[in-house]
Amino acid sequence: MKAIEIQNLAVTYERQPVLENVNFTIPEGTLTGIIGPNGAGKSTLIKSILHLIPRLSGDIVVYGKPYKKQRNLIGYVPQRSEVDWDFPTNALDVVLMGRYGHIGWIRRPNKKEIQFAYECLEKVGMKEFANRQISQLSGGQQQRVFLARALAQDAQIYFMDEPFAGVDAATEKAIMKLLQEWREQGKTVLVVHHDLQTVKDYFDHCLLLNKTPVDYGPTESVFTLDNLERTYGGAISFLGNSPILTQGG
Amino acid sequence: MTYSLWIIITGVLVGITCGMTGALLVLRKMSMLADAISHTVLLGIVGAFLVTHSLNGVPMLVGAATVGILTALMVQLLDSSGVQSDAAIGVVFTSLFALGVVLISFIGDSVHLDVEHALMGEIAFVPWDTWTWNGVNLGPTAVWLLGFVFILNLTIILLFYKEFKISTFDPQLAISIGVPVVAIHYVLMSMVSFSTVASFDSVGAILVVAMLIVPGATSYLLTDSFGGMIALSALIGALSSLLGYTFALFVDVSISGAMATATGLLFTLAFFLSPKHGMLAKWYRRKQMQKQQLNA
Repeated sequence: MKAIEIQNLAVTYERQPVLENVNFTIPEGTLTGIIGPNGAGKSTLIKSILHLIPRLSGDIVVYGKPYKKQRNLIGYVPQRSEVDWDFPTNALDVVLMGRYGHIGWIRRPNKKEIQFAYECLEKVGMKEFANRQISQLSGGQQQRVFLARALAQDAQIYFMDEPFAGVDAATEKAIMKLLQEWREQGKTVLVVHHDLQTVKDYFDHCLLLNKTPVDYGPTESVFTLDNLERTYGGAISFLGNSPILTQGG
Repeated sequence: MTYSLWIIITGVLVGITCGMTGALLVLRKMSMLADAISHTVLLGIVGAFLVTHSLNGVPMLVGAATVGILTALMVQLLDSSGVQSDAAIGVVFTSLFALGVVLISFIGDSVHLDVEHALMGEIAFVPWDTWTWNGVNLGPTAVWLLGFVFILNLTIILLFYKEFKISTFDPQLAISIGVPVVAIHYVLMSMVSFSTVASFDSVGAILVVAMLIVPGATSYLLTDSFGGMIALSALIGALSSLLGYTFALFVDVSISGAMATATGLLFTLAFFLSPKHGMLAKWYRRKQMQKQQLNA
């Protein structure tokens, strides 16, 4: 089953092409890492798929229908740094925002929705922080709140933008546990990822990206030195079995 | 009803209406855009007068909303085509306001509309400009206009509370689930324009900015919930009006000036004394931590 098909996607900023010639199809129930150097357009790829930024061209098909008709199947976890954590609200309220797409216009979250939001917080080990002001949470806790919000969205396909950036080891484990649970439930997950050393352990599929997809497929066949060199332009070497960047990222 | 009671009602309505609308502006970091709109609506008011030849409420609201949205659109357009965003606000703000000043000269002396009045307002005149219908005196027109805008803005905030919250905190998630973030932005710009026009007569274009921004900035220091911040901001706006009026009465100074000064005074109090975000509390917590460090 095809979860997402991207056809001929291109994005430009002023006259600079940021993404071009993007064509790929993501099968249902896969966990894909989106890998590439800085400025490769990884976040841009996610944002253009989600219609957050204008596309020059490209069709995005979700389970056989145009994206706009399938919004309730999509969950999104932006980079933690993209929101203002001084906003006057608490953890529970942020998680409830994940339900807004289901609640619809004008209506307020009812008891059932609030109960569900508590359960989502519990699942990421954050129940006791439900009433905590979000600025009082650590980076890892904030990321868990975002994760709980994604759970609350109850989506079929999740897009996550660098969920592992600046979190503690326990949170990283909690995130991975949840991602694997989602895959077992047949959900499809796409994750923008920076740490090349964990790619083989975390993702069953890889999209290597540098303005245009270098390769996409199962990690064992795509995540090769040859492909990585083509993606990163040679600035790469292997330490044991793990690739590391030798200059910048 | 007595003369001073009408002034108090007017002042409190200005405080509540601007306070709750302004809380949203402060959270969205758009205070300067509000400053621009509060001035450019002059063009809307003059335009509405030149078309209808009256200073009637409804055409004025329509004219102000049109110019308010136009201001926001033009700032957005300049911003996205490479002009620095603060310069974009500066350019649009002054050009549209200046056009209003030029056009106001075409209006004769017979009408109570001039630049000084538009900038400073005069709440003391409000009770004399009454609305008479079928020979019955229904009270000052300014109070009716303010009451209408207050109910309108309150209704919009209550109906679209969720949408305002999510599009302010996380606009990207909002767009991804289909919330029309851009439309909400322009709805808010209209609400700001309405509030400005309704408050124009009483406090004028410059002091309305104080009423829009300062109560919101004050309540931001005092509360940790979105709804709480809007409600508290309205309350602080109302309180500022009452304090300002009382002060002006005793010392015999400009009422609207005293009201705006009161907003600044309340902000200063919150800035130093707020239990969570105040300077004093921060200083105290720092000292406590230093003590712990020394004892450890």
